[in-house]
Amino acid sequence: MQVNKRMIVNETKEKIFEIGLEEIIEINAAPNGKSIDSRELNFMIHEAVNANYKSIILNNVCGQRFIGAALKGDIEIIINGIPGNDLGIFMDGPKVIVNGNCEDQSGNTMNHGTIIINGDGGDVIGLSSRGGKIFIKGDVGYRVGIHMKEYEDKFPLLIIGGTINDFLGEYMAGGLIIVLGLKYENGNFQESDQPICGNELGAGIHGGKIFLRTDLSLEDKLGIGANVFDITEEEIAEISPFIDEFCKIFGIPSDIIWKKPFQTIKPISKRPFGGNYCSQII
Amino acid sequence: MALTHEIISHFQVNVNREDCKKCKSCIKNCSFGVFSFNGKQIVAEHHKCVACQRCVIMCPGKAIHISQSESCLPPHGNYTEKIRNIIWAQSGTGGVLISATGNDRPIRSIFDDLLLDSCQVTNPSIDPIREIIETKIFFGRKPKKLDFTTASNDVNEVSLKTNNSVNFEIEMPIMIGHMSLGSISYNACQAIYQAAKELNIVAGSGEGGLHPDFYEYAPNIITEVASGRFGVDLNYLNNAVAIEIKIGQGAKPGHGGHLPGEKVSSLISQTRMIPEGSDALSPYPHHDIYSIEDLAQLIAALKEATRYKIPVGVKIAAVHNSAPIAVGIVRSGADFLTLDGFRGGTGAAPRIIRDHAGIPIELAIAAVDKSLREENLREQITLIAGGSIRYSADLIKVIALGADVAMCCMPVLIAMGCRVCQQCFRGLCPWGIATQDEILVKRLDITIAKNRIINLFHSWNEELKDVLGAMGIDSVESLRSNRDRLRYIGPNPRIAEILEVKHAGE
Repeated sequence: MQVNKRMIVNETKEKIFEIGLEEIIEINAAPNGKSIDSRELNFMIHEAVNANYKSIILNNVCGQRFIGAALKGDIEIIINGIPGNDLGIFMDGPKVIVNGNCEDQSGNTMNHGTIIINGDGGDVIGLSSRGGKIFIKGDVGYRVGIHMKEYEDKFPLLIIGGTINDFLGEYMAGGLIIVLGLKYENGNFQESDQPICGNELGAGIHGGKIFLRTDLSLEDKLGIGANVFDITEEEIAEISPFIDEFCKIFGIPSDIIWKKPFQTIKPISKRPFGGNYCSQII
Repeated sequence: MALTHEIISHFQVNVNREDCKKCKSCIKNCSFGVFSFNGKQIVAEHHKCVACQRCVIMCPGKAIHISQSESCLPPHGNYTEKIRNIIWAQSGTGGVLISATGNDRPIRSIFDDLLLDSCQVTNPSIDPIREIIETKIFFGRKPKKLDFTTASNDVNEVSLKTNNSVNFEIEMPIMIGHMSLGSISYNACQAIYQAAKELNIVAGSGEGGLHPDFYEYAPNIITEVASGRFGVDLNYLNNAVAIEIKIGQGAKPGHGGHLPGEKVSSLISQTRMIPEGSDALSPYPHHDIYSIEDLAQLIAALKEATRYKIPVGVKIAAVHNSAPIAVGIVRSGADFLTLDGFRGGTGAAPRIIRDHAGIPIELAIAAVDKSLREENLREQITLIAGGSIRYSADLIKVIALGADVAMCCMPVLIAMGCRVCQQCFRGLCPWGIATQDEILVKRLDITIAKNRIINLFHSWNEELKDVLGAMGIDSVESLRSNRDRLRYIGPNPRIAEILEVKHAGE
């Protein structure tokens, strides 16, 4: 057990959080310059949680998987480095801040909590998440937000500051995805030069909504079962608080956001494949 | 168009006018709407009848009997009536044909071609009633070898050094397969879980989540994580004796799932954690699993999420490449592996896949068992085989072919009262089993159903002991992979070769 009990206050922490959580612990994921494996790191995180630390700082993280897996309650985890796949899988409550990029499947089957990535994300972010918030400053890969769903007070929210690739929101059954199409360069946010999205937008979507901040036509990018609309006043009111929250976290001037219009991707029907079957007695 | 291509009735509903009391019990009982009263007498629409027998049994005057329809199509050995009906259904609707239960094609069962060995003269048989025959199974991963501390020369100070994976014990080598709340009713689930608890065996939750009412049966429930991740949260992961990652199902290998929105009642909504009335689509693959390495990752994630306290396994459908896939799965860290053969059941699957995709469990289990033995992995894993384990003979034979545990579903449903009318996907089950209609569900008495399941498996276990005794074996673990106690009498010697079973007489 290599838990460093020195109390520290991290720079990022000051920037993002209201101070209020007092029990802070710092864990070095690469003591002596050599990375420890996922299981050991997660064991240390669990030990820290069991010891009632409310804020856990992980330094030198490099590809360790399952950080925050199935953790619940009012905990914050600050990751300095690049966490591996399945960051926050099955998570139910904690707040995870990554000062770096993240890999695939962050927020996999998440129930509640917040994941903030100060960088880019990999593929399949937010897979099957039922609740919680995922905020990504930069770009992400393929099949992001696949099969997000909502239930009662659970409502997943995924906001991407940059651009996305093919199959965004495939099988989507609930929640909200917002893509802004910005890039962060030389300390400023500006319009990304990359296309905001790939093909097969919302393929098989049967619930939830996707908002893309672009004035280009999305008609030929749509997947089966999805349709594109201009954003309505109600929808602007619906997403504004989420966008404000996102802008506050990453320090984006909010006036830049509304310079371009949003377009909404919604399901054609709640039963996209209902007519595909025949149940006649043979 | 519909009139000229109408499919002829399969059954004839005969109402004996003398015995009929016109009490209309048949109208109330038939959920398929066969009966009506025309003011004078009960009339039946034969083409709606599925021969479920509900009206026959519930008729107070015993006035109804159902026979096979006498009307027929012109006979043809190749274009059978079934194939012609399929063509008419497709040309009428343009849709993919949906079917339920297991494969109904009359393909020869390999189990039926296998014979069991018994002792004569040279080795004594055992009387199972008077001597102990062990049918317990330890479920979970076993260590490759045991290491002991050898620090001291004193033999009494030797202690085990190996860190054992978690295992649990079940009383008989039987598992009730995964049938979700949604495919079957609340009462049916309740009966199954109660029976599993009393028998101390395990039952699967299916991929549709676990209703909070069933958490008390957690020590006997294996929960399932499928591509839809329905109902998967911390409670679900922590209220289970083991977790299974569902990759495939014998009835529909490679196919996803689709619970239509109209079946998502408030009960199903609570269990699956989706809004009432919304479709529950399970994607075809897990989109976080495209390789064995990815599978290893989800296994590790689930172990991490449950803090290494319960076994995590994988279920695959028996397909052409099952053996190398199984080797990969064991290497990827699974604690148990479930193989579901092509006769396995379903609440709803496309007929084309149910009837034509996959391979029989007999061949698959033999191939997987052989590969795992060759790779020196067999002893590490609990192997479960399902896909039409119809009765105790199949249970015994599948163990001798290499399984640790036999998984079955249809016999459980039949024990509860299912007549195998194969209409599960319509949600009209008149016996209260495969339906969510509250009035129909009430027809299934939980206690009676539970007792019938308990009786059934008690009987199977006693028959298993009888066979083990006759073979002179005192533990079911010694029957596992014991191909020498089987002989083949079927028509195809190649099958015997694949099964590594000698022909009868050899």
